[in-house]
Amino acid sequence: MTILMDPTSERAPENRQPLPRPADLEGKTVGLLDISKPKGNIFIDRLEDLLVQKGLATKRYIKPTFTRVAPIELSQQIATECDVVIESLAD
Amino acid sequence: MSYSVIVKEDCATCQLVVPVIKQLEEDDELAIYSQDNVQFPTGVSVIDDTQLEYSWRRRIETVPTLIKFDDNGEELARVVGWEKSEWQALTGKPLEFDLPDFRPGCGSKSVDPGMPEKLAARFDRDKLQSRELTISTEEDHMEACFDRGWSDGLPVVPPTAERVMRMLTGTNRSPDEIVGVVPPNLVPCTIEKIAINAVLAGCKPEYLPVVIASVEAALQDEFCMHGLLATTYYSGPLVIVNGPLSRAIGMNSKGNALGQGNRANATIGRALQLVIRNIGGGKPGGVDRSVFGNPGKYTYCFAEDETNSCWESLAVEKGFSETTSTVTLFAADGMQGIVDQKSRDPESLSRSFAAALRVVGHPKMILASDVILVVSPEHERVYRQAGWTKQDVKNCLNKLLTIDGSELVAGAGGIAEGIPEKLGGKQLPKFREGGLNIVRAGGSAGMFSAIIAGWGASGTIGSVPVTREIK
Repeated sequence: MTILMDPTSERAPENRQPLPRPADLEGKTVGLLDISKPKGNIFIDRLEDLLVQKGLATKRYIKPTFTRVAPIELSQQIATECDVVIESLAD
Repeated sequence: MSYSVIVKEDCATCQLVVPVIKQLEEDDELAIYSQDNVQFPTGVSVIDDTQLEYSWRRRIETVPTLIKFDDNGEELARVVGWEKSEWQALTGKPLEFDLPDFRPGCGSKSVDPGMPEKLAARFDRDKLQSRELTISTEEDHMEACFDRGWSDGLPVVPPTAERVMRMLTGTNRSPDEIVGVVPPNLVPCTIEKIAINAVLAGCKPEYLPVVIASVEAALQDEFCMHGLLATTYYSGPLVIVNGPLSRAIGMNSKGNALGQGNRANATIGRALQLVIRNIGGGKPGGVDRSVFGNPGKYTYCFAEDETNSCWESLAVEKGFSETTSTVTLFAADGMQGIVDQKSRDPESLSRSFAAALRVVGHPKMILASDVILVVSPEHERVYRQAGWTKQDVKNCLNKLLTIDGSELVAGAGGIAEGIPEKLGGKQLPKFREGGLNIVRAGGSAGMFSAIIAGWGASGTIGSVPVTREIK
């Protein structure tokens, strides 16, 4: 454990915060990442139906295996092509 | 009357004076502090100072140190090492032992390299008011700093309490002193927060006064740091350092002065940027709306070469003495070169300079940007040999840069950009009065000079250069 002295105005919370979430999905491209867990595709299919009904653009991605983190190329592809990503976890 | 003595076993002189210590302990009230072994000296009552708190609080530099106190516990006097006559004088005792008259002491463990700041961080922690953030051992410290948004894109030095304490040794000013309010979030800025950001930037403690002065100058209302940060223009703060301190801390004013490779140049300018980023909250994509920025927004700092110059320095022009060290803050774009290898008379060289200065911002843009003309030694020599003062050069350039309005109006030359048609009949200056600044810097070989153009909103409409003494 190391203690670092805060160089900032200390107006942000002490713990790191997630990136800000978009207020809505209007005009956004939603990535749908199936991590290759069994039945994850069913969950993603249903989500995609709902998103498309709302008129949103979606893109599908699959991790080679749920046991490892996504390959860097896949992370970069999703980050380049999408505004937000939904990752399914299913069994 | 009482005494304390501070010793360590790993010191031949401390070993030597053990019989003396034992006698003093028998005769007087003597507190014996051992820095490395509570069993040393044997046979007497020893106080454990292996954490070095007593040694640090008493500012012990050498062991053994014998301190004499009055009845109120106030220190009256101290002796260091072993010098028989001094120990005799301090204690008023003959101290007749079979010992040499003199042996120097050894270094106190409390002043081992790196130890003073560790002890300060441990025992003087209440001097620091900043929030402490816990980084787990699994987390890479450098990555932790990136993740928290403290970096300009390059690695920063993780600001541990020890490093911040060491940085603060560079100034006598109190850590809680507020030097100004940092835009854009208008956050009061303490010396301590500046020191933390100086650690991030990689500064040495001896640079801290320059960083503090730079921050103070940047926060002056006339410098307009808020607007400079927010502008879509290219500019960011440039720090020009004058005076003996620039040489004392090894700043580069010569070859590659505007380039990489010198720690002071690199880290002082960077520390100022990190203060704006981390304390003020000014970040690209946030309030910083610059279309391009410029490479100097990582760091932009150099010293004027004042040695053997035929001209008074920028600081002297601003009313400071040659022996005063200053920073001058300028709202600066990147650098544009002027190559003239053939001019050997000042008139010709000035015409080259003027032609190059004419295009600052846009060839038709006038009374918008200030400018710093950085004249190299070989170009300065042309003026030196002709006996031209800096003011002579400025007068000549301003005359050459008085432009017929017909060349500047919108549409002239088939270029839509330009000044209003109604100004077409006037003779107009490129730069506002006082807007053309000259400093001398650069390598000794090469008939090159450099233009550092200013923000398009230079002057009272936007940013005025600010010079401040380094204290």
